[in-house]
Amino acid sequence: MDRTILIQLAYLIASVLFVVGIKMLGKTSTARQGNTYSALAMLIAVVVTLLDRNVLSYTEIFATIILASAVGLYVAKKVEMTQMPEMVALFNGFGGGASVLVATSEYWRMVHDADIVMPIVTGVGVVLSVFIGAVTLTGSLVAYGKLSGKVNGQAITFGGQHPLNAVLFLGIVILSVMVILDPNNDLYMMMLIGASLLLGILTVIPIGGADMPVVISLLNSYSGVAACFTGFILNNQVLIISGALVGASGIILTQIMCKAMNRSLVSVLLGGFGQTSGSS
Amino acid sequence: MSVETLIALLYVLVLASFVGFELIAKVPPTLHTPLMSGSNAISGITIVGALICAGPLPGSFPTSKILGIVALFLATLNVVGGYAVTDRMLQMFKKKK
Repeated sequence: MDRTILIQLAYLIASVLFVVGIKMLGKTSTARQGNTYSALAMLIAVVVTLLDRNVLSYTEIFATIILASAVGLYVAKKVEMTQMPEMVALFNGFGGGASVLVATSEYWRMVHDADIVMPIVTGVGVVLSVFIGAVTLTGSLVAYGKLSGKVNGQAITFGGQHPLNAVLFLGIVILSVMVILDPNNDLYMMMLIGASLLLGILTVIPIGGADMPVVISLLNSYSGVAACFTGFILNNQVLIISGALVGASGIILTQIMCKAMNRSLVSVLLGGFGQTSGSS
Repeated sequence: MSVETLIALLYVLVLASFVGFELIAKVPPTLHTPLMSGSNAISGITIVGALICAGPLPGSFPTSKILGIVALFLATLNVVGGYAVTDRMLQMFKKKK
């Protein structure tokens, strides 16, 4: 019992530090310190989660963390200043991908554990984090590709694009309901993941390179929302709080960025505007 | 999950969202990218979920554990890379001032 209380209190402290950190990031004089506070909050959250009674195999965990940290630090150090936005897009995509995997991992455990019936609330959390996380993953990867020049940076538009996306989205809604109602059928889940990954690609390809910062900001908000819903699967408050903070502040930041660029969010999302030429 | 827990979590969600809305106001344009990058690092909080999924001993549900380990790798990249990149941007900022 003591351990649970300790973890919860530490999560509370981390949440407060996240709020203070974001606040300080909005002012020039305190921005760097704010980032440090937020990193400290993350460290606290990670360390106390290691005390969770479900976390037992430390070898794999530490090996993975050390390896990923080394790669992350190396890349962050090497990247040119001009390449920062695409780097953010790439990291953001990984965050979205992580949420998909966390949701799928929990889904898998529940479906294959004969003693557990997946509750509807958990099912809703699973489909939402899978859908939003997958869109974030592929959308961010396309944004990264466009900014780094690995993919054609121009708006790629073709006839029937919006109807296609609408149909795909409808398919995702139907698949989500199927997963919630019949979780034991893995096929629905796999199709849901596949369709969501595809939608992420299709929604970002029609947007031109000049609008990418706005798109990355929006996808950043999405990755927060995805993390937030994994909190509902795992019944974890720090995930919900931080995810919601990023989701909400990300939307506001996206709006502010649109305004600064004299663009409307809708026109950015519909894509193909303000572009030298749309290849159709 | 009981209804009480769900309601409590929904309260947390709604109130945290309002805090998020209120936090961002009058941010100077030069800080837009660092702020985006900084909150991107925070969205790596899913690392907490990844740790819980990667945590169980191998054997019970190997697929879940493998998914958890991969999630942990990606989330750690997001967190560590995200904070490092943000700090580099802000460092630059200070020098220019």
